[in-house]
Amino acid sequence: MREVSLAIVGGGPAGLSAAISARESGLGGTPPAGGIVIIERGRALGGILNQCIHNGFGLHIFKEELTGPEYAHRLVEACVRLGIEYKLNTMVTDLGTDTDGAKTLTLFSREGAERIRAKAVILAMGCRERPRGALRIPGSRCAGIYTAGLAQELVNMKGLMPGKTVVVLGSGDIGLIMARRMTLEGAEVKGVYELMPYSGGLKRNIAQCLNDYGIPLKLSHTVTRIEGQEFGRGESSDGCGRLRGVWTAAVDASGAPLYATEEFTACDTLLLSVGLIPENELSKRIGVRLSEVTGGPLVDDSLQTSVPGVFACGNVLHVHDLADNVTLEAYRAGESAARCIRGGAGAFGVTGGVRRIGLRAGRGVRYVVPNEIILPAGPKPSAGPDAEPGAEYTAYFRSDNVYRDVYIRVRLAPEGSCSDSEGAVIKSVSKRIVTPGEMETLKFSLETGKAATLEVRIEAKG
Amino acid sequence: METSLGSSTQTAGQEQTASQEPRREHRFICIGCPMGCELLVVTEVSEEGGPPSAVSGNACKIGERYGREEATNPTRVMTSSVRVLGGDMKMLSVKTARPIPKGKIWDCAEAMRGLSVNAPVKIGDIIIKNAASTGVDIIATRNIARGSA
Ligand SMILES: Cc1cc2nc3c(=O)[nH]c(=O)nc-3n(C[C@H](O)[C@H](O)[C@H](O)COP(=O)(O)OP(=O)(O)OC[C@H]3O[C@@H](n4cnc5c(N)ncnc54)[C@H](O)[C@@H]3O)c2cc1C
Ligand code: SF4
Repeated sequence: MREVSLAIVGGGPAGLSAAISARESGLGGTPPAGGIVIIERGRALGGILNQCIHNGFGLHIFKEELTGPEYAHRLVEACVRLGIEYKLNTMVTDLGTDTDGAKTLTLFSREGAERIRAKAVILAMGCRERPRGALRIPGSRCAGIYTAGLAQELVNMKGLMPGKTVVVLGSGDIGLIMARRMTLEGAEVKGVYELMPYSGGLKRNIAQCLNDYGIPLKLSHTVTRIEGQEFGRGESSDGCGRLRGVWTAAVDASGAPLYATEEFTACDTLLLSVGLIPENELSKRIGVRLSEVTGGPLVDDSLQTSVPGVFACGNVLHVHDLADNVTLEAYRAGESAARCIRGGAGAFGVTGGVRRIGLRAGRGVRYVVPNEIILPAGPKPSAGPDAEPGAEYTAYFRSDNVYRDVYIRVRLAPEGSCSDSEGAVIKSVSKRIVTPGEMETLKFSLETGKAATLEVRIEAKG
Repeated sequence: METSLGSSTQTAGQEQTASQEPRREHRFICIGCPMGCELLVVTEVSEEGGPPSAVSGNACKIGERYGREEATNPTRVMTSSVRVLGGDMKMLSVKTARPIPKGKIWDCAEAMRGLSVNAPVKIGDIIIKNAASTGVDIIATRNIARGSA
């Protein structure tokens, strides 16, 4: 069986960036023995960025505003320059652990099946879109209902228009981007309906994708029914079984439709932009523990999952709004994997000799990444600080609502207490606004030896 | 709250009889940060030509700059995709090499409609020179090799 040092599953921005940083952290070796290999099921590297043809990527990493394909191109070029091996049209179908702790990957391609062994694995499979089935909208099972990402692929990659009159359900970024894209391609976009009282998309996209084109955004609204002709039962000679329109209504504070406000909007296309789900079937195969909130793996601050030697980054870990953040996170995963491989088995993830500090979501916070901080092993003065002085950690999190004029804080949470207790404040930053649509980061350092669990919270001022 | 706060091209054009100057009010949502301040920009076209403008509603300097630009010279990078003949992909993604005046977006979209290019294409290649007389080229944003899609 072929052996590599690092196998990366997925060749999107996360996988590519992780490969670059693993190589730059000194992980060498040339294929077929040793080395890094990226395995991508698609026909090109770049992942979802290939279809995100709009601009707005790379401001942080490249200090330039790039389109998705250009951003991907930069990463691919760097991988090629660094001599990183990649396999296209190859799907990883299984992931396991050998008796000696090495990971085994089962690959499928046109050439057939193959198994390889790797010292470490980085999960970078991205996410997929929440489909209609997950929403349970009643009504006809007609044609003309697409996830926004599928419509994006059809228009941008295949040159096919999904329809002429469009309603978008959900104000996620992909839906907003597609509202503009379809408008420019000649479709009439009647409106974007969002269940929540705030948009899940970036402000910039609301301004430049909706307001620029006069497309209304209806907050606290939802689609209540879908009306179309059933397949095979349509009376029309043309678009048999096509969507005819949708019923929409305002919702109350609990999200329940107010049926008195129901209205019919004629359209032949409904785009769903109602969230992304991390793609973790493989992670489950190897026994990685997943978060119930994000659906992504639980990780420590090195981005190692509950299975030693398996790391995760990008949208497979939690949904990112900006590819730049994906790259930054993936750099860390690549570095950690290289360190893990260099240090031999057990440099990370072993329970002996290290202390783990939990990091959890407190009041106002939907989830936090990472879930654990590993303090360096080795002898430490009994009264002294646990961590190296000044060692800095970053909490990435999303709020559960829109909050104005608040502090975002990391606090000590004494072990075993309920999450409402007040531990000492480790870090506090004042924010004018925190919204679920934009990921927050909070850097803090740990100087105290007392911590068992930390909590990220959003607290009102005064 | 309904955020159909008007497409930012719509302006509540109020003529001020007192000053004889065309005075216009524009409303935008600032995109500088998640605060999304609602900006009110008042422009007055002066004799000297340059339209001085006053921005209010902004919580910081970024909003002031954004508001002024949006009111006087809004620009956007426009992206699209065009058909490729004989390439390993069906569609080529493209963009305007620089931001173009917002009012020219439709003209550029029109210039691209029905267009097809031959493979191979390299990232940065000019697809349309001086698109819709903006002085800005439309360029390729990816490589496409010869092949069959
Ligand atoms: C439809 C869609 C549209 C988006 N549009 C935008 C946008 O406009 N702007 C923005 O900033 N962000 C957008 N995002 C978010 C965007 O996904 C992230 O910013 C970023 O691309 C995530 O990078 P990633 O590498 O984690 O995932 P991806 O880019 O999704 O890459 C994952 C890769 O893994 C591969 N893969 C998965 N499973 C396997 C397997 N078993 N074997 C082999 N390969 C596998 C996939 O084929 C894919 O290429 C979008 C997301 C989606 C789903
Ligand atoms: S004005 Fe300043 S605070 Fe307000 S949205 Fe713009 S950048 Fe944010």
